[in-house]
Amino acid sequence: MSWLLPAAVAVPLVGAALTLVVGRRLLPQRLIAGSSIAFLFGAAVTLLLAVEEGAPIVSQLGGWPAPAGISLVADRFSTFVLATSAGMLVAVFVYAIAQLGRDALDWWFHAKYLVLASGVALSLLTGDLFNLFVGFEVMLVASYVLLTVKTDRREIRATISYVVINLLASAFFLVLIAIVYGATGTLNLADLAGRVADLPTGVADAISLLMLAVFGIKAALFPLFMWLPDSYPTAPTPVTAIFAGLLTKVGMAIVIRTQTLLGPTDGPSTVLLWVAGATMVVGVLGAIAQNDIKRILSFHIVSQIGYMAMGLAFVTVAGVAASVLFLVNQVVVKTGLFLIAGIVEREQGTGALSRSGGMLQRRPVVAALFAPLALSIAGIPPFGGFVPKLGLVQAGLEADQGGIIAVSLAVSLLTLFSMTKIWSAAFWGDPVPEAGRAGPGMIGATALVVAAAIAVTFVAGPAMELSTSIATDLLSSDGYVSSVLEAAP
Amino acid sequence: MSITILALASGLAGLGTYLILQRLLTRIIIGLGLISHGANLLIFYASASTGESPLIGGDDALADPLPQALVLTAIVITFAVTALLLALALRSYLLTGTDAVEDDREDRRIGGAE
Amino acid sequence: MTVLRESIILRRGLRVATAPLAVFSLYLLFAGHNRPGGGFAGGLVAGVAIALAWATEGEAGTRRLVAVRSTVLLGAGLAVALVTGFAGLVWGGAFLESAVWDLSLPLFGDVKLVSAIGFDIGVYLVVVGVATGLIRSLGAGSGEGPA
Repeated sequence: MSWLLPAAVAVPLVGAALTLVVGRRLLPQRLIAGSSIAFLFGAAVTLLLAVEEGAPIVSQLGGWPAPAGISLVADRFSTFVLATSAGMLVAVFVYAIAQLGRDALDWWFHAKYLVLASGVALSLLTGDLFNLFVGFEVMLVASYVLLTVKTDRREIRATISYVVINLLASAFFLVLIAIVYGATGTLNLADLAGRVADLPTGVADAISLLMLAVFGIKAALFPLFMWLPDSYPTAPTPVTAIFAGLLTKVGMAIVIRTQTLLGPTDGPSTVLLWVAGATMVVGVLGAIAQNDIKRILSFHIVSQIGYMAMGLAFVTVAGVAASVLFLVNQVVVKTGLFLIAGIVEREQGTGALSRSGGMLQRRPVVAALFAPLALSIAGIPPFGGFVPKLGLVQAGLEADQGGIIAVSLAVSLLTLFSMTKIWSAAFWGDPVPEAGRAGPGMIGATALVVAAAIAVTFVAGPAMELSTSIATDLLSSDGYVSSVLEAAP
Repeated sequence: MSITILALASGLAGLGTYLILQRLLTRIIIGLGLISHGANLLIFYASASTGESPLIGGDDALADPLPQALVLTAIVITFAVTALLLALALRSYLLTGTDAVEDDREDRRIGGAE
Repeated sequence: MTVLRESIILRRGLRVATAPLAVFSLYLLFAGHNRPGGGFAGGLVAGVAIALAWATEGEAGTRRLVAVRSTVLLGAGLAVALVTGFAGLVWGGAFLESAVWDLSLPLFGDVKLVSAIGFDIGVYLVVVGVATGLIRSLGAGSGEGPA
């Protein structure tokens, strides 16, 4: 089974390589890309089922045992996030084919998309700090190039700020690696977990804060979020959807992994609580000020990241469990919302709310897809977003953190307000002239994502159980550490 | 020796910070290059040990081979991204006739400046 | 660039130097296991040759050295490197695990062959592909290079 780990990372890369070799022929490209993504999804689901009951599966690259070699680790957390992400990669791939059609510009698209998928898999599965750097870079380099599909003035500007911020974050990441390696002599996460405890408090705090800053930039935590609403909306819809669904969430997953494994775990983290509250408030206020669907949704990405940080900040099993479930739910909901935004843009020729209207009358099916997601993101029962939010509130009450709960509930109301703004401007009112028509492929792929988002409600019990066992694993890292260090090469 | 490296690393980071706060893309790119060189030097400063060649060396203390592998990987990645940024800068120059970073129009409109 | 293109010394010199550069880059590729070199260094030397050919002869020069599209080289290299990684799995080891063979070949004598050479060849192809692609696309957009 452990061969699936390197294969999950390498097969999409091989697929990317092959799409380059076949050149401009679209059909072979699509077959190769589609089967690689499907393989990634299958591998992730298989791994999730395999580790759900048992111990983590570890693969030691090159046969070198940990901590000398590089380990890939599949535990419940990484496979849960990876399986959801891979499912979204499949859905958005179908959507992209339907939307871009035979567009002459997109013959590089498949290679970039597959490299991105491989980077996501590597970032989630790696058990090594430097390999995490490599995984992030693979993911980011693909995202830089995906952002520049059209290369008009606006896109170039947005891409430049995105690349520069992320390059800067990479430099900080290198500084982090230098300090960690200098202080402990290892970069293997499992090995580090044991050694960080012996460090002087000053060094340990510095490492923990530096990690928060580095991964906070990727996850768009306050105050390091400003690059996101600037760059995401300019890209073509499939690209924005996959960025919104995956990139920040992978960043947040790494924040959760590193803070629980290497950060202080002896009580609620005040820094994280403040960061979480500020992220929520600033994100939702930014969203309310905007007038373009994609920009509104981009600010909501930021705001929702705050909730995940909130559960993590409690450092309790209930809190982390709610964060994990929130994260996975957001991967699906955010992808779906951006896909719908793309349909609205295609039909009306613009994403500006002032020039939209009448989608309910013209395409009731799109409205039917949008409504459950909008209610889910605001946390209205019985939609998917309600369960993790309830979990967060309960965890907060247990941890005696009334302040942040009040903030999070107020932000939920503002989120609902912002969603009704989209609804009343784009879906109600008189129809604007039709600019195009979204085909069945776009609608079908979106419907798949929405169905997945709704399904969360029906499996809320098992999903919460899985998240709770994930949180237990994360907070007492012994199982993770021993299975990595004792795994046979 | 190590103080020299540390001073060099912080000097590079400082110069780089100054440069990426500029408006011109070419300066930003050079600044980013300087900062990542500073970070790479820091990896050596913090973690490299000197000694005989690793694995095949003699009986004395062996050098740690890992930091140079880390730095090499980081250099290659930075090289690739810098090449991409240069291509973007060229594209921006061809489109606008200058390589200065533009304002975000949507932001200015919402801020009421336009 | 015009200055370089008019330089007869560089033009003729490069014609002579191309073959030694190619041999040197291949030497680096195969020597890389225990001595300085490797796929990356070898690929960069080949990239230098391609860059010089572009500077003196333009697009025709790069096409003389690299007949295929740069993306094909890139893709082939990436595929070769990763497939080498899978070979370790197929023979019952770990991903990227390498095997060592000691061979006695006529003319070469004793040769130590490591299966990791496949990975190095892949890296070599990727680097040559990147160098060619960069030179062709940036060169075409600069207004200096021949169309």
